[in-house]
Amino acid sequence: MAKLESKIPEGDISTKWSKHKSKIKIVAPHNKRKYKILVIGSGLAGASAAASLAELGYNVHCFCYQDSPRRAHSIAAQGGINAAKNYRNDGDSVFRLFYDTIKGGDFRAREANVHRLAEVSVNIIDQCVAQGVPFAREYGGLLDNRSFGGTQVSRTFYAAGQTGQQLLIGAYQALSRQINMGTVKMHARKELLEIVIIDGKAKGIITRDLENGKIERHFGHAVVLATGGYGNVFYLSTNAKNSNATAIFRAYKKGACFGNPCFTQIHPTCIPVSGDYQSKLTLMSESLRNDGRVWVPKNKDDKRAPNQIPEEERDYYLERRYPAFGNLVPRDVASRAAKERCDAGYGVGQSKMAVYLDFASAIMRYGRIEANKQKLDNPSDADIKRLGKGIIKEKYGNLFEMYEKITDENPYEVPMRIYPAVHYTMGGLWVDYNLMTTIPGLYALGEANFSDHGANRLGASALMQGLADGYFVIPYTIGDYLADEPTTEITTDHPAFIDAENAVRNRISKLLSINGTKTVDEFHRALGKIMWDYCGMARNKEGLEYARKEIQKLREEFWREVKVLGKNETFNQSLEKAGRVADFLELGELMVIDALHRNESCGGHFREEYQTPEGEALRDDDNYCYAAAWEYAGDNNDPILNKEPLTFEYVKLTQRSYK
Amino acid sequence: MRTMKLKLHVWRQENRNSQGRMETYTIEGVNEHMSFLEMLDVLNEKLIKEGKEPVAFDHDCREGICGSCGMVINGRAHGPWYKTTTCQLHMREFKDGDEIYIEPFRASAFPVIKDLVVDRSAFDRIIQAGGYVSVNTGGVPDANAIPIGKETADQAFEAATCIGCGACVATCKNASAMLFVSAKISHLGLLPQGQPERMQRVLDMVAQMDKEGFGNCTNTGACEVECPKGISLVNIARMNYDYFKAQLKK
Ligand code: SF4
Ligand code: FES
Repeated sequence: MAKLESKIPEGDISTKWSKHKSKIKIVAPHNKRKYKILVIGSGLAGASAAASLAELGYNVHCFCYQDSPRRAHSIAAQGGINAAKNYRNDGDSVFRLFYDTIKGGDFRAREANVHRLAEVSVNIIDQCVAQGVPFAREYGGLLDNRSFGGTQVSRTFYAAGQTGQQLLIGAYQALSRQINMGTVKMHARKELLEIVIIDGKAKGIITRDLENGKIERHFGHAVVLATGGYGNVFYLSTNAKNSNATAIFRAYKKGACFGNPCFTQIHPTCIPVSGDYQSKLTLMSESLRNDGRVWVPKNKDDKRAPNQIPEEERDYYLERRYPAFGNLVPRDVASRAAKERCDAGYGVGQSKMAVYLDFASAIMRYGRIEANKQKLDNPSDADIKRLGKGIIKEKYGNLFEMYEKITDENPYEVPMRIYPAVHYTMGGLWVDYNLMTTIPGLYALGEANFSDHGANRLGASALMQGLADGYFVIPYTIGDYLADEPTTEITTDHPAFIDAENAVRNRISKLLSINGTKTVDEFHRALGKIMWDYCGMARNKEGLEYARKEIQKLREEFWREVKVLGKNETFNQSLEKAGRVADFLELGELMVIDALHRNESCGGHFREEYQTPEGEALRDDDNYCYAAAWEYAGDNNDPILNKEPLTFEYVKLTQRSYK
Repeated sequence: MRTMKLKLHVWRQENRNSQGRMETYTIEGVNEHMSFLEMLDVLNEKLIKEGKEPVAFDHDCREGICGSCGMVINGRAHGPWYKTTTCQLHMREFKDGDEIYIEPFRASAFPVIKDLVVDRSAFDRIIQAGGYVSVNTGGVPDANAIPIGKETADQAFEAATCIGCGACVATCKNASAMLFVSAKISHLGLLPQGQPERMQRVLDMVAQMDKEGFGNCTNTGACEVECPKGISLVNIARMNYDYFKAQLKK
């Protein structure tokens, strides 16, 4: 059994982090350059970590599979980033952000980590502004905010619908500066395929150069994984096409425990699937729920166009069911409510698997305010509409354009059709308070770890966590480990490096030699369908048991029938995909095992057997108030369950209510 | 729903050193709702089944923001739609029986790696030369201590939306990178945070741009037309202004 030592500092929650920082060991400045740190991934967590560690003086190597670190998938985040600045004077505070995040996560996250996240959130905004991130401003020149789901204050900073892009470019610029100074060596188009463990500690990685297939060994005194989430297990998700779980899954197979793998976030507002050729799904930012109203017709099979359906025949079901939060309930709640309406036969669009997100009333509301501002006398409805559209365009223009390009419908005129889709994974590598996995010297940051969002992440919190981990946590906590490590480098001729490289080579040769009848994508789609049908928005025992058998069968077939053409020594995208899908085929089963063992519903994990009479998630705090940390026990054995009990001293365990 | 049969002429090239050539493929049953890249996915699945190597192309987010994708489609960088990346182009643009020519972004500073994949690392090196504000993590002032007028913030934001795709280079007859470089110069040069290094930044970034082998700007404006993010030529004017000023100061 692995030992789960969470290393939560003693003392009151509000002083834990500051006390911890002043107590942990640090590496002396002149020694820092003697330590080599490998950072895998260049998204918000990876780029900010690599840049900050290099600024401190460490010798950093950063790796990404993309052709440039600027392309990491953090770039696609739309809506915003939370921070407890209380610039609105609306009662926000570090405690409130902490409280909202714990409650939003349905009491399945660690209090100490979440409080730290809320504390450093304010520093992130300062840092980004100093770098030149062009956040939205008010006319007076100060920063603007908007609201996101699951909160009743306005604390989300944003840059139109491209907040992730602007924050990532900020981190990328900081990283570029260090590359220019020679303190970071960047390795683009290189993918991690194995982690090297020596005497129980992470000491290096094996990578494949995606252009020429060269397999390389890299030594590091510590290895930091910032490789994102594993939503692509589902094939269709809002993740980038190449986002994958290989780094964290290799870590799992080398002994790092995997925390809460079944906690998946299904985002309520995505453009619905349109056909079986579909390659990915596109998100429409949660920020749209600030102004868009979600509804379906009150009558089943209403064939009328949405604009023809009168107000009294519309069911604004979120406003009806959750009057206090209305359209701004958390994502898991909004997603399930959409599914419930569609399953009951009220869905819209050709597939009937969609609901409307309607901006008509927001356009008129903003139009009237604008007309007032411009002192228009007796403005006509058309004038008001025109003015209102202008405001909506300013707020969400790029999202509306994107919607129109994909669907060929104009959302200024007809309501958007949306449906939930896989978006984020709260699960990930189990880490302690220092963000270290159960393998000493191996760290996990951002979406790659399990730590802050419990069973459901609130909107605009992913960017916050990625940057918190990278800019403000790991630069402190990594010293506590390195201070006791010898500065000497281990040669990459060490048998552990040779073994790891051989394992990589064997796996590649095997994939290339099968030459079966089915493409990698065919397997990936099949896996995605099993996961979506049985381990998606609603799960039950019978379905999960069936899914587990189906995945095993599919995996066995994959290793017999997959067809991967070409050689290792070339740019070979099929080979890249094959390795990633092979890992998804194992990780999918682990997710199912976790979902099956958790006999309760919490956040995004909804077991149909466990619900309140109103259809809300029903937790079982007596038996499941813990983080499940799964330990690999060999390919032919079930993984071992380790439990980290969760205690709630500052936020009282209650049933979540948004009514 | 419309489906169509298309004839595709696709650039195939083994690696950096080999000669490339156009190959022709026919593809049937293309659904009008597909994205352009989904159409290529279908082609690739078919090629694999036939035992032929699939066409390599860069892509990742498939929602027009990461800047990975990019090909020249019927002679136009990112294809025929205005302000649209390759991944956001949809097949309803085409009709049954169309022939489509698909080639990589070409420029001597963007060598082809394979098929439609090119090496755009020159862009990274230009940013590394000075496309940032030199602040370390920590110890910075409160975010609201630096008020910035909404208009300035919006202009800086617009310049900062460049996705680094390289369409501006691919479409320019001189293979100039001026639109890309000027977008970064403007983004930082418009903001108070970017002032201390403003002159040095433009000198360093332009020097790196020249070193990478990008051509000169002769103001044809082709880049602005093909830029998927609508980055404006005004940025080039701003950059030229700063550049001359910086040179005088040198
Ligand atoms: S300026 Fe436009 S075309 Fe050029 S790299 Fe940026 S986004 Fe692409
Ligand atoms: S794939 Fe990301 S912009 Fe096209």
